[in-house]
Amino acid sequence: MRRIISVLLENEPGALSRVVGLFSQRNYNIETLTVAPTEDETLSRLTVTTTGSDKVIEQITKQLNKLIEVVKLVDLTEGAHIERELMLVKLKATGSQRAEIKRTVDIFRGQIVDVTSSVYTVQLAGDSDKLDGFIQAVGTSGVLEVVRTGVSGIARGEKVLSL
Amino acid sequence: MELLSGADMLIRSLQDEGIEYIYGYPGGAALHIYDALFRQDKVKHILVRHEQAAVHMADGYARATGKPGTVLVTSGPGATNTITGIATAFMDSIPMVVLCGQVASTLIGEDAFQETDMIGVSRPVVKHNLSVRHPEEIPEVIRKAYYIASTGRPGPVVVDIPKDMTTPNERFEYAFPKKVKLRSYNPAIRGHAGQIKKAVDMLLAARRPIIYAGGGVILGKASDQLTELVRMLGYPITNTLMGIGCYPATDKQHLGWLGMHGTYESNMAMHHSDLILCVGARFDDRVTNATEKFCPGARIVHIDIDPASISKTIDADVPIVGPVDAVLKEMIALVRESKARPDAEALSAWWKQIEEWRAFHGMRYENNPEVIKPQEVIETLWRLTNGDAFVASDVGQHQMFAAQYYKFDKPNRWINSGGLGTMGFGLPAAMGVKLTHPDDEVLCVTGEGSIQMNIQELSTCKQYNLPVKIINLNNQALGMVKQWQDMNYESRHSQSYMESLPDFIKLAEAYGHVGVRIDRKEDLEPKLKEVLAMKDKLVFVDIYVDRFEHVYPMQVARGSMKDMWLSKTERV
Ligand SMILES: Cc1ncc(C[n+]2csc(CCOP(=O)(O)OP(=O)(O)O)c2C)c(N)n1
Ligand SMILES: [Mg+2]
Repeated sequence: MRRIISVLLENEPGALSRVVGLFSQRNYNIETLTVAPTEDETLSRLTVTTTGSDKVIEQITKQLNKLIEVVKLVDLTEGAHIERELMLVKLKATGSQRAEIKRTVDIFRGQIVDVTSSVYTVQLAGDSDKLDGFIQAVGTSGVLEVVRTGVSGIARGEKVLSL
Repeated sequence: MELLSGADMLIRSLQDEGIEYIYGYPGGAALHIYDALFRQDKVKHILVRHEQAAVHMADGYARATGKPGTVLVTSGPGATNTITGIATAFMDSIPMVVLCGQVASTLIGEDAFQETDMIGVSRPVVKHNLSVRHPEEIPEVIRKAYYIASTGRPGPVVVDIPKDMTTPNERFEYAFPKKVKLRSYNPAIRGHAGQIKKAVDMLLAARRPIIYAGGGVILGKASDQLTELVRMLGYPITNTLMGIGCYPATDKQHLGWLGMHGTYESNMAMHHSDLILCVGARFDDRVTNATEKFCPGARIVHIDIDPASISKTIDADVPIVGPVDAVLKEMIALVRESKARPDAEALSAWWKQIEEWRAFHGMRYENNPEVIKPQEVIETLWRLTNGDAFVASDVGQHQMFAAQYYKFDKPNRWINSGGLGTMGFGLPAAMGVKLTHPDDEVLCVTGEGSIQMNIQELSTCKQYNLPVKIINLNNQALGMVKQWQDMNYESRHSQSYMESLPDFIKLAEAYGHVGVRIDRKEDLEPKLKEVLAMKDKLVFVDIYVDRFEHVYPMQVARGSMKDMWLSKTERV
């Protein structure tokens, strides 16, 4: 099953490489990985999406917790949560395609953020399925370049991941 | 406040940490530190002949004393030479701190002379690693390193020290922190009371119980509590290779150790049990054999300080995360309070069955009037040393024979690389033990393959007068490899023979020690007696043993625990 694990990490050099090293060393999957500092400058927030059986996921969370620099973590997929990913796409946009793409971008509630005579650059946020859906809708033949941030997530309601 | 250079702060911190010995080897990036070492005499430095041996020495010291070992090496090749030793300690959860010189921080990343990213290289085989970023941090980094290495599930910690952190003429205020606080590291200090209660109820209701104890009992200094609980219950106990000595091997409740080369009765009792109380062990593949066939009728209580060890390979019905000594103490109290008692009838039937298994096999080997059997060498040593020696072993058949035929009644005396299986571990580990136990008998049981992986340490033994007894079970082959080739590759002995062996007697003498060769059966006991009588000499005993012997029992690959070869021809 796909899981989103969110981690508070000491904001120190080497901490990230320990997390990434753990995944490759123990043969765990990383589908996406995002990391950035938080409002508390001593902490980074890292989100990793991974897949595995319940047993593997349990090991992943336990092994992550063992890393000295991991302060706290939560498996967001255990409860209601919000997940978002940002995507920037360059699309070939000439002739009649231009209007068609514009319509699709609107349907997906994206924005065209840059334009040339032959290219649209589109920005789109949402969960990963939605981003996949957009690529499908516009058709891969017109896609010149895709960049995705990977998943960020947060629990719904009052639950917070903090110290 | 005192003003000290980084190098002096480092050494002062080690003093304040209570460190007695450092094992190491100097070089450019560590020279400021070595100079600071020279100007004091509290911390003693042992100069090895290869950095790998420094780590194994620190490891042997740690295993025998329960205290963290300390290593000091230079950057680059000095640091990379420690990796096998660090990985060995990591796999067996041995507390140690490895201090590595590094090129100056201004040069890092420039492929400077003797620059290696030791933080990166060591990452997968350490509990943690730290770099010094300012000389003033040194006392805190050192305090943290020992704290992390020796608490919770212990393990090796590497400290990377760029040369400019130890510059002699830059001085800073020295203060050794009394306490360390790490918000993200809080090892459990007691087990969950509800889980412990549940475990005790299950334990008392079991009909075919067995205690399965591991190295965690020794690391957690919980042998007394374990022994008390097991005796109180009257249940059978087995332990892992790493747990040897956690419960007296000569006691009748002890079934020997379990797993790949464990006793018949241990493996049978495990397989047929209805309750396994696992204390500080980790259901390693050398114990469980095929996990899907593992002990089908057993429910499992698992006590471990490391939550990640629980339900990793075998699911636990009752997991208990906590220090084994504290958890066992609570269990003892609960058993005492409880009105429930083990079902006497069921227990006596269970023991009757176990005694039948014990009688069917026990530990046995075929004696031969012509050749010296490796097993009888160990049995003889056990007798001659009253079962009270420290035995550091290398890796191979000789290791298994030593573990099978030397009956350890005390913890911390069986010193071996169980997890990584590192040939070359034995001699330096024995040296680390001997240094702090000068009046105890310290044996290094080895093979002609393994001993040559760190033979240069005979020179260190001379320098520091470390009269260990090296028992070389010389079968003129990489015996364990050869055994697997006999069993799985139709005896095609690909690269498992050791041709052109050195004359070990002359070699020992060249290093200034005594060499004794034993190749006749009738000489075995009298010569070993002579060897043991040479108290203040390192004696290299080269014993020509049966070249064709195999280690049995041996679990059948991919079988259950009860599927074993008992000799070259008997399979159950
Ligand atoms: C460093 C290292 N290299 C290779 C091995 C694989 N190995 C395991 S046992 C063994 C043979 C050991 O030979 P020896 O020391 O003579 O012991 P014996 O089995 O003959 O008693 C080998 C090569 C190992 N465990 N460690
Ligand atoms: Mg050999």
